[in-house]
Amino acid sequence: MTILRLEKLTKNFGGLTAVNNISLEVQEGEILGLIGPNGSGKTTIFNLINQYYKVSSGKIFLEDVEITNLKTYEIARLGIGRTFQVVKPLKRLTVEENIMAAAFSNSNSFNAAKKSAKEVIDFCHLRDVAHMKAGSLPIGGRKRLEIAKALATKPKVLLLDETAAGLNPTELDTAIEIIMKIRDDLGITIVIVEHIMKVIMNISDRIHAIAYGTTITSGKPEEVAKNKTVIESYLGSDYASGGIANA
Amino acid sequence: MSSGLKSRSFQITKTEWYIIIAFILLPFVFDFSPYFQGLLIFVLIWVMLGSSWNLLAGYTGLVSFGHAAYFGIGAYAAALPYYHFHISPWWGLLTGGLVAVIFGYLLGIVVFRLRGPYFALGTLASAEILRLIFGEEDWLTNGHNGILYMTTWVSKYPYYFIGLILALGAVFSIKAIMNSKAGFYFLSIREDEDAAEALGINAKKYKNISTVISTFWAGIAGAFYMIYMGFIDPEVVFALHNISIITILVGIIGGVGTIWGPALGAAVMVIVQEMFRSAIFGLAPSWVSRMHSLVFGLLVIFVILYMAGGILGDWNLITKKLKFLKRNQGK
Repeated sequence: MTILRLEKLTKNFGGLTAVNNISLEVQEGEILGLIGPNGSGKTTIFNLINQYYKVSSGKIFLEDVEITNLKTYEIARLGIGRTFQVVKPLKRLTVEENIMAAAFSNSNSFNAAKKSAKEVIDFCHLRDVAHMKAGSLPIGGRKRLEIAKALATKPKVLLLDETAAGLNPTELDTAIEIIMKIRDDLGITIVIVEHIMKVIMNISDRIHAIAYGTTITSGKPEEVAKNKTVIESYLGSDYASGGIANA
Repeated sequence: MSSGLKSRSFQITKTEWYIIIAFILLPFVFDFSPYFQGLLIFVLIWVMLGSSWNLLAGYTGLVSFGHAAYFGIGAYAAALPYYHFHISPWWGLLTGGLVAVIFGYLLGIVVFRLRGPYFALGTLASAEILRLIFGEEDWLTNGHNGILYMTTWVSKYPYYFIGLILALGAVFSIKAIMNSKAGFYFLSIREDEDAAEALGINAKKYKNISTVISTFWAGIAGAFYMIYMGFIDPEVVFALHNISIITILVGIIGGVGTIWGPALGAAVMVIVQEMFRSAIFGLAPSWVSRMHSLVFGLLVIFVILYMAGGILGDWNLITKKLKFLKRNQGK
């Protein structure tokens, strides 16, 4: 079943078209990787889905309900959680308070919010730092907190924006483990933007590649990795045609 | 705040009971002097105003530079029905808060479009505009002549205890809110409005809720001021320095974003102001009396530089430093 659908989505910033006519469907329970070189419009797509930016044209559907012109908080309530590439912890609150603030979207009671925050804290390996101020967390913890906050809103679809960037190898493995568990144990559909190929190739069921705001290909990770246009857009046409490799 | 999430569900702590008892006893300690009792009543008014400002600025991140607007509106809500129709100003304790809320809401439509420093300037301007309007529209407000009312009692005791109930109402209502969902949402908005929206928080709605509660208590404080003082004019109740700015200083010195910070700040502010205004009770030469703005300014600079969290916000830091000093003296 299609849970999230983008239909001919376009975003213009003045004369620049950051996202150009992109259509994609996300199936319930899958992990969809969204890849593309810097500036290709990946984060812009996320910002369009949860309405940080107004859509120039095109439509967005969550479970066949159009959500194109709703407010950011309404979209979060309907079940699209997201993390930010530039993490946005609530700095002067503790990790637990951060997650509780998110958990209040499902309950009005202090105790219920605290209880569901506790589950998320354990899930994301944040128990040790639960009473630290979010602003004093190292980057690995901040990235996990970002996921934890989104999870605490009990989303149906989770948009992960470079949650693995800047992590050391151990943290990276933890992050991958958490992301897999979110899908396998919680059954949450995931769309993930990532530059680290180890992550994206390992965990994605399907990959959607974009460059200059348009779709170049989509399919299974191994197919996409071999796709000539993808290699070209990442490494230049010389490399793709074997120019540099032969030189 | 971070310590003791367990005690986070609302209850009155032991320390708070001590504070309440102390405040009940204080006027009797100063029974010999209505002057000192009057100062205590001023502390209570500043507790209301400071707490009100703190909810908006300290907890929700909306730094208002125009709290005099709501204070003044509350005061005039008590005074105008009396001036025109001889309706007792005491009704202001009911209407003052409500009228201030309505004004706050209307002003909010304009100033909530602004963020950060622009919001501060917007609130400052709105208070100044009200000051000018209330000063010029003689037919409505009696202009700069102000409104005079014979106060109900000579004794300070009834005023003190009514003020105490109101001040405690302000502090504890804010404490209760900060332990609830709304409180968490205020803090989220303060920390990062965009992140808050992504968590499903309707930032606009919760900013309005915060404003409603904040302006309510500021309006009540204004109405109580009118009832107690028996005289108001626009220059007094809409004053930029004496109300709006001092309100901010009360919040900053006591501790922004702490429940009891504004109460402590109110006490410090009234003591400092009165010490200097009276030239240390007449013991110092008279030029000292003109220094109180300066001293207060220096105090604020000191607090911002060395303990940005205010006295309560940085309490742990302060006690640590004191212990360190003591240890060094011992050597």
